[in-house]
Amino acid sequence: MPAPQPAAALLAPLTAIGRLVIALFAAIGRVAIFAMRTVARAVLPPYYPGRFVEQLAHIGWFSLPVVGLTAIFTGAALAQQIYTAGSRFSATSTVPAVVVIGMVRELGPVLVGLMVAGRVSSAMAAEIGTMRVTEQLDALATLRTDSYRYLIAPRLFAAVVALPLMVLAANAIGIFGGWLLAVQKLHFNSANYLAVTRKYMSFDDFEMAMVKAGVFGFFIALMGCYHGYRTSGGAAGVGNATRNAVVSAFVLILASNFLITAMVFG
Amino acid sequence: MASMPKILLDDVSKTFSGNVVLDGLNLAVESGESLAIIGQSGSGKSVTLKCILGLITPDRGSIRVDGEEVVGLHGAALDRMRAKFGMLFQGSALFDSLPIWRNVTFGLTQGRRIDGARMRAVAEENLERVGLDRRVLNLRPSELSGGMQKRVALARAIAPRPQIIFFDEPTTGLDPIRADVINDLIVSLVDDLGVTALTITHDMASARKIAHRVAMLYQGRIVWIGPRDRLYDSGNPYVDQFVQGRAEGPIQ
Repeated sequence: MPAPQPAAALLAPLTAIGRLVIALFAAIGRVAIFAMRTVARAVLPPYYPGRFVEQLAHIGWFSLPVVGLTAIFTGAALAQQIYTAGSRFSATSTVPAVVVIGMVRELGPVLVGLMVAGRVSSAMAAEIGTMRVTEQLDALATLRTDSYRYLIAPRLFAAVVALPLMVLAANAIGIFGGWLLAVQKLHFNSANYLAVTRKYMSFDDFEMAMVKAGVFGFFIALMGCYHGYRTSGGAAGVGNATRNAVVSAFVLILASNFLITAMVFG
Repeated sequence: MASMPKILLDDVSKTFSGNVVLDGLNLAVESGESLAIIGQSGSGKSVTLKCILGLITPDRGSIRVDGEEVVGLHGAALDRMRAKFGMLFQGSALFDSLPIWRNVTFGLTQGRRIDGARMRAVAEENLERVGLDRRVLNLRPSELSGGMQKRVALARAIAPRPQIIFFDEPTTGLDPIRADVINDLIVSLVDDLGVTALTITHDMASARKIAHRVAMLYQGRIVWIGPRDRLYDSGNPYVDQFVQGRAEGPIQ
């Protein structure tokens, strides 16, 4: 009977953890190189302003309906929740203040980020991934067109510009949703509600929301483009790229939201 | 003094995850020549083309185009070298999001929206060359049949007037009649434009029609090269088995 090898048994899980850590750092390195390469190439001509505007419309304008619906329902639900919870200790008057602070600081940027990630990151990964498996990316190269400049940079910059604008819109719509519910269903005085909303509306909070939105936009486009660009293996590969793009964008949005919030208020 | 080959591959090797695809490949393509490479699926035909185009970097060996080493080129030097090439991809690889006229002129504009009226005229002229008329100019690739997509891809490949054209399985997926139309187009384009052509195919009718010489690639090496008329009496057991489509023979 062979002698037991306790050291080897002990090392096996450590080896597995080590492999995971190395794989994680390798992935972070690849993403960082991809992002730096995109930015470095984007500063050199030829430029594609038309592609940038196209992507701005695709990411921003065409996402507005879904973002607007999300914001109005969230604002209204938030007002109802604050009212219900606040009524237990006579704090229903905090509804407008909590709605405006909650929407601007957290819910506006995060919900817009997640909704747009679901809609746009997946679409980018699927489109670029399909281009990879159908050799369209190779065709671009043979036609002397840099895919980083032509495909990636316009998406990345458009997302960074579009997300803050969408968060602004979502905040306004969300606050409107809260006001609508408070006035129509909870019988708040409209003028008082708006006065409290204005009082708690802070420029610093909007500034933080814009910074968050820009960061989320960057991650949404980066994950969509990165996973699409690295697609291999036909239709299944495109499916994997799409899923990975959405999941990684979600994780990065939530993690960076926490980090930015912790840095500002920590 | 012997003339310099247009394309020269010397001892080119490429391995993917331990799988040897090219194993010391040597090949010379003369200027103005049309050469077809035949071989099984997965024998390294497409990898050969992609190595020449700089899409894949070989592990070892030298690739020269007009005497200039292309392995290791990047940036502007690689772009300058690629300007000599046109490529017809197996699946056409047309850009789905662009209308046909912008696909055809993509090599001239690099995707920029410039000189629209002139580019439409250029697209029309090149589409005419491949037997398509102006009615397809504003259509999207998905609105065309497979054969028409191949023709558009051909028009895109020739629009910048390259010196060398690569054809990757030009007749795959087409019925015999449409395949023959594409073969005729390739022959006339190669003759009219005086280009050097390198075709990879496992369609024997296509190889015999469009190539001056045929080379057989097996296990990453050229095992036979000769004039197209000798394809069916090459005396090479690999070629014989391949062209006759026999399961028994040296190719496993």
